Amino acid sequence: MKKFNLAVIASLLVLTVSPIMYSLNANAADKETVNTVATLRDHTPINVQKEPNAIPKVINKDIKQGRNYPMQPPVIPHTTRSYEVNKNNNKCMSCHSRHRTEKSQAPMVSVTHFMDRDGNFLAEVSPRRYFCNQCHVTQLDAEPLVENTFTDMHSLMKAKAKSKEH
Amino acid sequence: MTINRREFIKANAIAAAAAVAGVSVPAVASNLITSSDITKLKWDKAPCRFCGTGCSVNVGVMDGKVVATHGDIKSPVNKGLNCVKGYFLSKIMYGKDRLTTPLLRMTNGKYDKEGEFAPVSWDQAFNVMAEKAKDALKKDGPEALGMFGSGQWTVQEGYAAVKLMKAGFRTNNIDPNARHCMASAVGGFMRTFGIDEPMGCYDDLEAADAFVLWGSNMAEMHPILWTRLTDRRLSAPHVKVAVLSTFEHRSFDLADNGMIFTPQTDLAILNYIANYIIQTGRVNKDFVSKHTNFRLGETDIGYGLRPEHPLEQAAKNNGKTAGSSTPIDFDEYAKFVSTYTVESVSKLSGVPEHKLEALAELYADPKIKVTSFWTMGFNQHTRGVWANNLVYNIHLLTGKISTPGNSPFSLTGQPSACGTAREVGTFSHRLPADMVVKNPKHRAIAEKIWDLPEGTVPPKPGYHAALQNRMLKDGKLNFYWVQCNNNMQAAANINEEGYPGYRNPKNFIVVSDPYPTVTAQAADLILPTAMWVEKEGVYGNAERRTQSWYQMVEAPEGAKSDLWQLVEFSKRFKVEDVWPEELIAKKPEVRGKTLFDVLYKDSSVGKFSLDEVPEDRLNDDARDFGFYIQKGLFEEYATFGRGHAHDLAPYDRYHKERGLRWPVVNGKETKWRFKEGSDPYVKPGSGWDFYGKKDGRAIIFALPYEPAAESPDEEYDLWLSTGRVLEHWHSGSMTQRVPELYKAMPDALVYMHPDDAKKRGMRRGDLVKLISRRGEVQTRVETRGRNKPPIGLVFMPWFDASRLVNKVTLDATDPLSKQTDFKKCAIKIVKV
Repeated sequence: MKKFNLAVIASLLVLTVSPIMYSLNANAADKETVNTVATLRDHTPINVQKEPNAIPKVINKDIKQGRNYPMQPPVIPHTTRSYEVNKNNNKCMSCHSRHRTEKSQAPMVSVTHFMDRDGNFLAEVSPRRYFCNQCHVTQLDAEPLVENTFTDMHSLMKAKAKSKEH
Repeated sequence: MTINRREFIKANAIAAAAAVAGVSVPAVASNLITSSDITKLKWDKAPCRFCGTGCSVNVGVMDGKVVATHGDIKSPVNKGLNCVKGYFLSKIMYGKDRLTTPLLRMTNGKYDKEGEFAPVSWDQAFNVMAEKAKDALKKDGPEALGMFGSGQWTVQEGYAAVKLMKAGFRTNNIDPNARHCMASAVGGFMRTFGIDEPMGCYDDLEAADAFVLWGSNMAEMHPILWTRLTDRRLSAPHVKVAVLSTFEHRSFDLADNGMIFTPQTDLAILNYIANYIIQTGRVNKDFVSKHTNFRLGETDIGYGLRPEHPLEQAAKNNGKTAGSSTPIDFDEYAKFVSTYTVESVSKLSGVPEHKLEALAELYADPKIKVTSFWTMGFNQHTRGVWANNLVYNIHLLTGKISTPGNSPFSLTGQPSACGTAREVGTFSHRLPADMVVKNPKHRAIAEKIWDLPEGTVPPKPGYHAALQNRMLKDGKLNFYWVQCNNNMQAAANINEEGYPGYRNPKNFIVVSDPYPTVTAQAADLILPTAMWVEKEGVYGNAERRTQSWYQMVEAPEGAKSDLWQLVEFSKRFKVEDVWPEELIAKKPEVRGKTLFDVLYKDSSVGKFSLDEVPEDRLNDDARDFGFYIQKGLFEEYATFGRGHAHDLAPYDRYHKERGLRWPVVNGKETKWRFKEGSDPYVKPGSGWDFYGKKDGRAIIFALPYEPAAESPDEEYDLWLSTGRVLEHWHSGSMTQRVPELYKAMPDALVYMHPDDAKKRGMRRGDLVKLISRRGEVQTRVETRGRNKPPIGLVFMPWFDASRLVNKVTLDATDPLSKQTDFKKCAIKIVKV
């Protein structure tokens, strides 16, 4: 039976990253602190190279991740190393196609994937959706460099529903 | 804490049981909110913020925040699809480190080039900027001022910037980052056809029998066009796909004929195809005799490096004549390409003969409708204009052009590289609608539309992108404003040119950006900037489709659009501050006015009142200036092209359409240009009319293979190619702040062949240094990723702000287009 890891779910909701600082209080004489606003460089001066971290591993826990909004393509919760997706073969479909999900217990590709450009349903997944990796990506075990303050519409709705109660 | 599925259901069952029992559960406790006044989203359309495909996106807003985005079903471009970046557009504006106040380098409360960034007000920021600009003007004249803009600017922003720089400050030192991206394509179009931008459109994707990718990894860089190409290839089994690149990448997954060639030898392959068409008697003689001319181009034109560089010293024709050519006839052309035999080209390029022949046959066979796509493989090339000319040659020799499915198609990198950079003409040599500053007639047209005295626009082309960095370093360009790009990370040769240029004590550098980028870090003043649907604007995509959007949400307090910044800054200058007395004397009524009055408010830009802004729409810029500035800028700009084969529809119509492909004549868009029946500008009875040239004939150019600027040798023994990845847009300043995209592709690795790694005692994951003659960068080795380089070549993407691969690259450019070659330089790799 699949395990629900609540800690993982919780960490999706609350990403924790240290607050952004502009080194405003830095000692002016300390030239090392000058030129360090670029957060994605971890405040490293342009002419300095910070040692690159090791290559993170692909998260391979098979635990579904929440979506930020209904239309978001789900991220892939497992490794796809050596999955062939080319004109002769689509490895993803060996689990996710309609007639394989009973055996695989993997989620079936969304019904939208059966639609052609004009919105007609085809008998099989549309070739325009053939390359899964254009929308679906694996996640590496890397801590984001910057927090994202995107608001889930659900939290907005809940707040409004609550304020209506009062 | 982990619970299993049964426990999870049990925990939830209590709420469900209460509901079943008829107990009234308060809405907030119910697990599904259904009240329509709460669940309602406000949806609106906008073009995607990222690449040149120009997908339309539906943007969902709730309580002043973007909460969802998805592909627009009504858009003919993407029909409901987005790529992974597009699906995450909702989150790009919400990085926690959004800038909300101007930051100025200061010591003890005063501006100091060596000081620390500290918050200042917009008023203080503009005061310092204006002072620095006026100082530079006074000391060294307009040539000491410059601006680096963007193919991601809106059309209106680009147009406002051109007017401010070229007419206001009277300097042509304005160039866009599109110089790094599309300049060779522009050069190719102008040289072959005399008019810019593709003749075909995306409808070619559903009509072609064969596709050839020349240095374009569409699977990652134009994913939605790739879905259309994949759809065509897989649903119509006769369709063939050929892919050419210097390394194997994702587009090879669909290739029937995948070809890895030695860098730079694409020039020879193109000439071989022309030779094959001639040798096998498949020249479309009727088309060629009626619609083409032949010319022999100048050769040995150098590599766009500094004049003292040995390669420039050695080049014979790297001066003004580099782009010249002389007329020849068909026989002379046939003789010129005859040396490009399958044997010699196979040997030079490393592509097997049978693969070359199969490729050539796609073009030669008159029954096959063939579409060629190319992007940075051709454009970022020291012979980029030539590569563009040479691919047109083979489409022209066979007459496979301007009809559905027969299409030489230059794809665009940025969302408005066509709309803003090319059509508006934000280049150092250009004016709107393909006009150039060198041409006195063109300057006169601009001055007339702008209602400015004759002589306002300077005739000398300004500094282009690579030259701007060199001139900063040399202390010739002293006031410099960077908007809507991240050029410290994006431009080649950071160590020798960009960084010393920005940090030169003689210069004052302003960077406008939503986020603190690498370029912002190198600046003296950072301006917090509103982005995408926080403002109203227009973009133009790769198929000439012009698309508009409304402002949908407020920018974070303190952040202002690039447009607002440009126009507000213009208020700081009286005409007397910037124009000489003899120019003012030609139009004395401008005396005492500000540039804001002359260029915007009192010109035709200012003639649309706020009443035209829909009341229920946000439009902070228009309401701040007191007139519908986006409409005014668009309509004034559109007068340049209307009636001149660049016709745009009235501004308001774009808010109702999913874009229109120009020229829009009598309300109708144009799908295929230069072809009678589909392009209203074609002379009746001509069949095809390449009206960009006076005689209606396109040019077939005889141009040779010439070697790259820098090739591997004993010490620097590897080719380095740089480029993008699917998950990140350009330098990653937006997409690296989206956790899902960051975690999909957090770091730029160096992709290398396992044998190359083994030879150097390296394994996947090893910490290594890439070293060139100019600098070094550290990263980790990847030997089994999505890119599979051949032995002797490595690939490292440039999106990673913490691993700046452009410390290593060479700033060699195409001498004709001035576009940098980011695909070829020589490096060595050592373990750290």
